Amino acid sequence: MWSFYFHELVNSLPFFLKGLWMTVAVAGLGLIAATIIGFILGIMRAGRNKILRFLIGGWVDVIRGTPFLVQVFIIFFILPGVGIELEAFPAAVIALSNMGASFICEIVASGILAVPKGQREAATSSGLSGFQQMRYIIMPQAMRSILPPLVGQYVLIIKDSSVVSAIGVVDVTRVGWLTVQRIPEGLMVFGLVGILYFAICYPLINLSNYMERRMSVENTRL
Amino acid sequence: MLEAFNFRVILEYMPLYMQCFLATLWLSALSLVGAIVVGIIACSMRLSQSRVLSRIAGIYIESIRSTPLLVQLYFFYFGLPSMGIMLPEWVTGVFALTLNSGAYYAEIIRAGIQAIAYGQIEAGIASGLNYFQRMRYIILPQALGMTIRPMLGQAIVLVKDSSLLSLISIMELTRAGQLLTSDRFMPAEGFLTTAAFYLLIYYLLKTFSSWSEKRLIFREAQ
Repeated sequence: MWSFYFHELVNSLPFFLKGLWMTVAVAGLGLIAATIIGFILGIMRAGRNKILRFLIGGWVDVIRGTPFLVQVFIIFFILPGVGIELEAFPAAVIALSNMGASFICEIVASGILAVPKGQREAATSSGLSGFQQMRYIIMPQAMRSILPPLVGQYVLIIKDSSVVSAIGVVDVTRVGWLTVQRIPEGLMVFGLVGILYFAICYPLINLSNYMERRMSVENTRL
Repeated sequence: MLEAFNFRVILEYMPLYMQCFLATLWLSALSLVGAIVVGIIACSMRLSQSRVLSRIAGIYIESIRSTPLLVQLYFFYFGLPSMGIMLPEWVTGVFALTLNSGAYYAEIIRAGIQAIAYGQIEAGIASGLNYFQRMRYIILPQALGMTIRPMLGQAIVLVKDSSLLSLISIMELTRAGQLLTSDRFMPAEGFLTTAAFYLLIYYLLKTFSSWSEKRLIFREAQ
């Protein structure tokens, strides 16, 4: 029986790869959008405008304080009530990038604030404009403390993308859920799903650890 | 949208929400206690002299961190019955949550212990303290101070992750929102109320976290 199910599972492998492709698409689009929005908001959060800082801080708290599953449901079920009809796929990408952006925003802001104040003052007295300061002085230094947690955040986004299977996006988790109805061997089916996620996330976690070692202050060579 | 917001339905469902709120609280509390115990065990295995134990703990931690919680949840939910182990849903849910957060706690505790300079331990040995005295008076007070914030952060993540239990039909806060959606087709009322309850827990834990930072951290002698 077991070997029969195993053959069945091997036969439905293309289905799993299709699901994996969907996971990569949702998570990929989500993390690109999250990075762009997160950086913009993060720079504003570390900036001088108090109202903006307060508003962004409140939004970050709301997103951090609620489960991603609830956010997905809110975007998928409630936005149509206000007249925004969304398919499952765009709803999933919006939810992911919204969630990711709030975390990346905090990472970027704390990275910018970690740059010593004297750097900015020196840049100002050298006559650099605000944009030039950010581009040539602050960001290159802040990136050192931003990059490792940023990659870690990408891993979280990829893992959280499994949750959008709940609104019917046929990603690899959903494929596992559909398959287990046909092949009642949960350990085998979700073992395979787990291995597929592992293949993506494990190298990224190692990359993040490597960057942390490389970029930590102690290992800096001038 | 606000005039369409039906507060009466929320009041009507309030007993259900309170019941689900308590369910979320105790499911999370149970998993939290379990996760800290698992974390301490996994961490001491990881740091032990024995290669085998250390390798086993390493595999456990890495495979949990590289796969989504939802996949782990389905793995046990569909997998245990296929091995002939029949458990109530909530036991499976708490089990998955415990194993998941346990891996993160192991990493948090390890970071806390390893951050203590080895000279401190040597000084303890030189002062004639035995292993338990060193743990009690030197290592743990410092490690606790350093890890209390990430530990509470992980507790917040755990509470939010417990929302996934609704997908294996355990009654908790997110499930209440789903019920309101399916019974009355009122997703806005349902999920926004759910989100409000989660925010309440989030703010309580966050306040406790900043309070503990002021009160509980054992700063280096000044």
